[in-house]
Amino acid sequence: MLTIATGNKAVAAAVRQANPAVIAAYPITPQTEIVEQMAEYVTAGELKSRYIPVESEHSAMAACIGASITGVRTFTATSSHGLLYMHEMINWAAGARLPIVMANVNRALGPGWNVWAEHTDAFQERDTGWLQVFVSTVQEAYDATLMAFRIAEHNDVLLPVMVNLDGFTLSHIMQSLETVNPGDFIPPLHLPHAIDPAHPAGYGTLTGPDDYFKFRWDIERSMRDSVKVIRETEQDFADRFGRSYGMTEEYRCEDADVVVIAMGTLGKEAEVAIDLLRKEGIRAGSMRIRWLRPFPTLDLAGRDVVVIDRDYSFGFGGILAQSLKAKHRCEPYSVIAGLGGQEVTYDDIAGFIRDRKPGEEYWFGVKA
Amino acid sequence: MRERLARSRPVQGACGKTGSWRVFRPVVDREKCNACGLCAMYCPDGAIDEDLNVDLDFCKGCGICANECPKKAIAMEREEK
Repeated sequence: MLTIATGNKAVAAAVRQANPAVIAAYPITPQTEIVEQMAEYVTAGELKSRYIPVESEHSAMAACIGASITGVRTFTATSSHGLLYMHEMINWAAGARLPIVMANVNRALGPGWNVWAEHTDAFQERDTGWLQVFVSTVQEAYDATLMAFRIAEHNDVLLPVMVNLDGFTLSHIMQSLETVNPGDFIPPLHLPHAIDPAHPAGYGTLTGPDDYFKFRWDIERSMRDSVKVIRETEQDFADRFGRSYGMTEEYRCEDADVVVIAMGTLGKEAEVAIDLLRKEGIRAGSMRIRWLRPFPTLDLAGRDVVVIDRDYSFGFGGILAQSLKAKHRCEPYSVIAGLGGQEVTYDDIAGFIRDRKPGEEYWFGVKA
Repeated sequence: MRERLARSRPVQGACGKTGSWRVFRPVVDREKCNACGLCAMYCPDGAIDEDLNVDLDFCKGCGICANECPKKAIAMEREEK
């Protein structure tokens, strides 16, 4: 069905179809619209989920963990400070191998108090064992959320998945949305280590130095296997519903001498910049990284690379730029742009590519 | 079988007979006892049975039973060395 929706409403529509047994959430701008919509579905009787209005984000994730370990589907949504307040439980969810799905509306961290788009919140959770996907359109927010449940719950994965969408520039922007009838696209959840009241046990109890590392390795093993599961899920989604995605979304990269790498809405904006540059005769392409974890492998050999980081690791650099440097041994032109919702247009992005200085870092808008 | 999460199942006596840790032993005065069962309910080791007999193989001598007993029917007596 073709409709018009905000990014938040698109996520809510997908979650409704995934039909989780438990939703536990706490409102926070700019994510509130998601949990409001979920509460509305439950109140109207359109969704049979148990909705738990908790007193904090830490409790939201704890409630999802408690529900998930009984073997049922769970969902929560948060943003920024809420995400970081969950930090301890976010680690626990992955360590306990619970396929919780969470929408995170990317927002900057205070102070200064700021409710606009930035990726540093999600990047601070990148080492927790969660899979993380970043979306760029309302349609993709919907599609990725549906796929997130299937990927998280796959027996070769059994790890939580975070769906990231940019605050306001996507969460509150209205675009056309085509909803689908998912049918049996998301199979029923079978959690092999679900609590069984007939056989009481301690879950995730004291695990000594002789055993702990084995469980850590199993997370990494599943993370590596998840690449295949993501590919299969996205392929099946394309076969059924006609929209295809990948670990990255490449745009006019085939013959590109220079590629711009960004995430979220900036990655989509970059495509307009590419068209602009192509008209000027510059062979440029765009690679929008969709999955932060597992991190993709990119074809960067022999190309200039411009990386736009909407995040920063103080005393180190743009996190995406540093990751690409480490993984692909390239010398990117590292642009720090869009922090706290800073306006970045396709003209600006085209400028980054034209004026690139490989190996250097540039803070957009800051006078040297 | 692939284990994704460390799970431990309760096994009686997995740490050996923890009664050997005991310094004070609970002694029940059956004359004062009205068999309310609070001692068994509070015992953190489940070492008091339905007939309110203390399993001295596993009682660590914490004294919670004596403290909770409304009839003051349990005395904690020092174990002989």
